[in-house]
Amino acid sequence: MSIAYYPGCTLKTKGKNLEKSALAAMEVLGIDVEELPRWNCCGAVYSLADDDLIHVVAPVRDLVRVAERGQDTVITLCSMCYNTLARANDLMKNDEEKRKTINDFMDEEPDYSGEVRVVHLLDYLRDEYGWDKLKEKLKSPLNGMKVAPYYGCTLLRPKEVALDHPDRPVLMHEFLETLGADVVDFPNAMECCGSYQVLGNPDAAVEVSHEILSGAAEKGAEALALTCPLCDFNLGKRQDIILEKYEGASEVPIYYFTQLLAVALGVAPEECHFELNRDSAAQLLKDKNIISAVPA
Amino acid sequence: MSTTTEQTAVEAKMIPIYVMGKKYEVPETLTIMKALEYAGYKYIRGCGCRGGVCGACSTVYRKPGDYKIYTGLACQTVVEPEMYLTQLPFYPANRATYDFHALEGNPEEIFGLYPELFRCVACNACSKVCPMDVEVMDYIAALKRGDIAAAAQISFDCIQCGLCASRCMGELPQYHIGQLARRINGAYLTPRAEHLATMVANIEAGRYTECLNKLKSADEDELKRLYTEERELEPAQAGEDWTPKENVCL
Amino acid sequence: MIRKISPRTINDDFRRKVKEISGQDIQQCFQCGTCSASCPMGRMLDLLPRKLMSLLQFGQSDAIAAANTAWVCASCHTCMVRCPRGIDITKVMEAIRQLTLRQNINRINPSEIPAEEVNDMPQIAMVSGFRKLTS
Repeated sequence: MSIAYYPGCTLKTKGKNLEKSALAAMEVLGIDVEELPRWNCCGAVYSLADDDLIHVVAPVRDLVRVAERGQDTVITLCSMCYNTLARANDLMKNDEEKRKTINDFMDEEPDYSGEVRVVHLLDYLRDEYGWDKLKEKLKSPLNGMKVAPYYGCTLLRPKEVALDHPDRPVLMHEFLETLGADVVDFPNAMECCGSYQVLGNPDAAVEVSHEILSGAAEKGAEALALTCPLCDFNLGKRQDIILEKYEGASEVPIYYFTQLLAVALGVAPEECHFELNRDSAAQLLKDKNIISAVPA
Repeated sequence: MSTTTEQTAVEAKMIPIYVMGKKYEVPETLTIMKALEYAGYKYIRGCGCRGGVCGACSTVYRKPGDYKIYTGLACQTVVEPEMYLTQLPFYPANRATYDFHALEGNPEEIFGLYPELFRCVACNACSKVCPMDVEVMDYIAALKRGDIAAAAQISFDCIQCGLCASRCMGELPQYHIGQLARRINGAYLTPRAEHLATMVANIEAGRYTECLNKLKSADEDELKRLYTEERELEPAQAGEDWTPKENVCL
Repeated sequence: MIRKISPRTINDDFRRKVKEISGQDIQQCFQCGTCSASCPMGRMLDLLPRKLMSLLQFGQSDAIAAANTAWVCASCHTCMVRCPRGIDITKVMEAIRQLTLRQNINRINPSEIPAEEVNDMPQIAMVSGFRKLTS
């Protein structure tokens, strides 16, 4: 049976490069996923107020959609969606009282109690597919490319849903290593990009994003790999603001982890939609002879 | 008892309903709208087509001992004993101003005009309250991911009554956003009908001028004759490839 | 700055509500400062989290309300995973935000964001920003 796939809103517009490259890569790997025919926005951030359950309804509704199709696993690509769905699932599984309140409120949906398993493509590759098997499928490994793994917040925190150790993660390191890249460890790999503060305090987001990029550059990274469309926005799309504001700041190409996976598997660069990345992204892959030409 | 076949009027049973808190006895067979008129209300607004499509007479009501909120169109919903109701012919909602022809039909334009779209929490109160059974939450979800065509399709039955907006905890004007989606879908996303352009070109080239002139200059008797005697009727069992013998004007 | 702590200046109602909404035992904080050292937004804050926790323990709602701390917090959860006392400070910040937002007060106003800015934003930025900063 295929695995249910929950894309999340941004992957259908500005984060198309995350979705398209992932779907192409999963096809090569033989991972059979099927997008949920009906789903809603997960809410992006999990509610942190104990007495606020209404904001948990959205992700639970999506989990109900998976369960009612008889599927037991849902795979995500966006790390914010992963976090929100996984935490909501945890609550429904473990908190009897809140589960009842939410189920009663959603009287138009079948009851749910955390039966579905929420995974992210990264931990799926590590735990179920296996790095060794992935390595065998590579056609164009990222040899000679110095890539820094950027985890951000939502894959690692809080502990209940962390895909790895919150302070000493190796998941993305292993992933990039498997793809053949030279993995560049840097101290800001788990630091926040400013997240939604791009709305409330855009200057603050620019400042912390600058630190992340310069931290990676200082360690010799030629590029950054990440999983979250909001990180991609703060670090990638808004990098021009950083380059303008900070003297000596240098351009760092940003990739979704799935784009690197896809090109390493030999997927045509056109399918990875590099036009949604910084121009430097496709160019670097070309310079490293990982792709033969920058897509027009 | 009369032995004739004359029909005797059966008196409808009277039931109590509460309109804005005041009790009225009304015949149980009436719609809410007729019941209100029976009770002495005179509609100046809050009543339009009386046919269930204009969205002017949306009504909210509850039944005794039931926490649920019910909705219906006053012109379509039959009264129930002890129901207490009020009509909500209008609900204020943010309505963006835009120059439609300046739009290109991309999702970002909708996001820019209605950023509150992103305040939806998927509570589904909108779908539950919709008197037309539109899955309002689903079209808002579709729009959040930029799927304008899906939103247009899901919201197609919307009659712009505004009840969705009245219940929204995110304070969204769903019905206005859905209308914009349908407009964009119709104008920019749906493929243009190519045969229409051909037909317009034919008309402009004068292909039908003579036929039309003939009809325009005919007097009443002549028109009647053409319609009743000369017209070739399509047979009841005509196949798809049937065409009339006289095809000068086709 | 020296603050006078007396029963008159302790806003017990505020302290109780923060505890209730966050579900956190704020008195557990022993002022080690790990949160402040870990906070990526540290330099931008009027009050670092350690200080805020201290003021909260004493119910100093005015000082907390005047600070930008909870509004600059990006809910990154770093303080939470590192707190040796197991306090979820991220939830404390959320409670402080909620106490304002629940009075129907917006921190940012969606209707005032220029359309061009909205056009640039990925949807998750809008959704998460509105969740955290609008009532």
